[in-house]
Amino acid sequence: MNSLDFSIVLQAWPYLWSGLLFSLALTAVAFVVGLVLGTCLALVQHFEVPVLGKLVRGYVALMRSIPLILVLFWFFFLVPIVLGHLSGNGRPVPIGATWTAFITFGLFEAAYYSEIIRVGLRAVNKGQFEACQALALSTFDTYRSVILPQVLRVASPIILSQTIILFQDTSLVYVLSLTDLLGAASKLAQLNGRLVEMYLVIAVVYLAISSAASQCVASLRKRYAIAGR
Amino acid sequence: MLQHTAGNEAGRSTPIVTVENLVKRFGHFTALNDVNLSVAAGEKIVLCGPSGSGKSTLIRCINHIEKHDGGRIVVDGVELTGRMDDINGVRREVGMVFQSFNLFPHLSVVENCMLAPMKVRALSRAEAHERAIGLLRKVRIHDQANKYPGQLSGGQQQRVAIARALCMQPKIMLFDEPTSALDPEMVKEVLDTMAELARDGMTMVCVTHEMGFAREIADRVVFMDRGAIVEEADPETFFRAPRTERARDFLGQIIH
Repeated sequence: MNSLDFSIVLQAWPYLWSGLLFSLALTAVAFVVGLVLGTCLALVQHFEVPVLGKLVRGYVALMRSIPLILVLFWFFFLVPIVLGHLSGNGRPVPIGATWTAFITFGLFEAAYYSEIIRVGLRAVNKGQFEACQALALSTFDTYRSVILPQVLRVASPIILSQTIILFQDTSLVYVLSLTDLLGAASKLAQLNGRLVEMYLVIAVVYLAISSAASQCVASLRKRYAIAGR
Repeated sequence: MLQHTAGNEAGRSTPIVTVENLVKRFGHFTALNDVNLSVAAGEKIVLCGPSGSGKSTLIRCINHIEKHDGGRIVVDGVELTGRMDDINGVRREVGMVFQSFNLFPHLSVVENCMLAPMKVRALSRAEAHERAIGLLRKVRIHDQANKYPGQLSGGQQQRVAIARALCMQPKIMLFDEPTSALDPEMVKEVLDTMAELARDGMTMVCVTHEMGFAREIADRVVFMDRGAIVEEADPETFFRAPRTERARDFLGQIIH
């Protein structure tokens, strides 16, 4: 039986590193896009905007009930066709795997974040809204300065937990032939036959990043348990 | 059953608040039924009555937190009926203190006081800070300016809420049972703050069961029951010789 040989990992490190950077970049972009868009979606539902509110509810329900991998496929094949129709000549306009990944993850996460924020909005005490009214704050200032900061604080542990799941889900981009951390490791492992070493090492990397983030969640929980009482 | 509003102070100047034939319903329940009240500038009114009598609903209508279903409300010359384009114009001039304080938990004490003056009155940060500290000093809580509401006692929080409302430099202050959620030992510090405000000449409408406060501060006590004003008089007359049976019952229950 072969003994483990980790030197291969060291040699392959630059390639793994570029895979990790892609995973982190995808997580970061999906987080920002998802949070901004998710907040907007939550507000549309919260204000019960006619028609739009129902559409958003349908969108969120749809995104939350189908697997991410299926959404990736859809966007990869569907968006070029839609763009083709929009551009007028009817021929599909390919947007490429990388764009597909960033757009899909952003839109997919928006659905999850919007649900978290929508529930958070409902949990804000009615008295907070009344205090804002009594102080003559505009609706915009009420939400920007008083309501949303409280929602984001209370929801931040759940939002971060969702983001940790998102980070792990970035490995699904292999279906688009993109190279994230897991993708890089797989390719190298196939190439040099060192599957066990490769998968062990990247498991450790995922573990390290995810548990560091979990620590963050725990400390956030602790902090806001006191100050946001 | 309805008393007319020629309270002892009315007529000395134009009323700052006029309520005429006010009706407010919650579904089939009529919370306010044909209520008339006028408040003169500088006047201090205590609203009292059994729970469910409509006192809180009345003052919540005055700054339009509750929308009324009939009658007229005029605050500082602006009518709160029909189109409400200028509701925030009215609310700027009307401060409100709630039973449950409703401070913003994510902002420090001083930031709670600075927010509305900066957003609504367009004060600079420095001006808003100066005004906030000044009013926090007035309610004797400026040494806690950088703490968060969750770190303060109930009495301290309510004094911050009073300072926060005063930072908007309102012409009238509404108090909705400001001491009802407080532990007994904290009631006095809040009442003292309110009494001081009254001595400074602020126009005040207070819903409260603190009859000692009413006796000391009020120009007029308005007694409500079942959504209507049943009796109004100066505190001396009201407490010594209530005219209606219901007022006598009420006073009998709360004064032991």
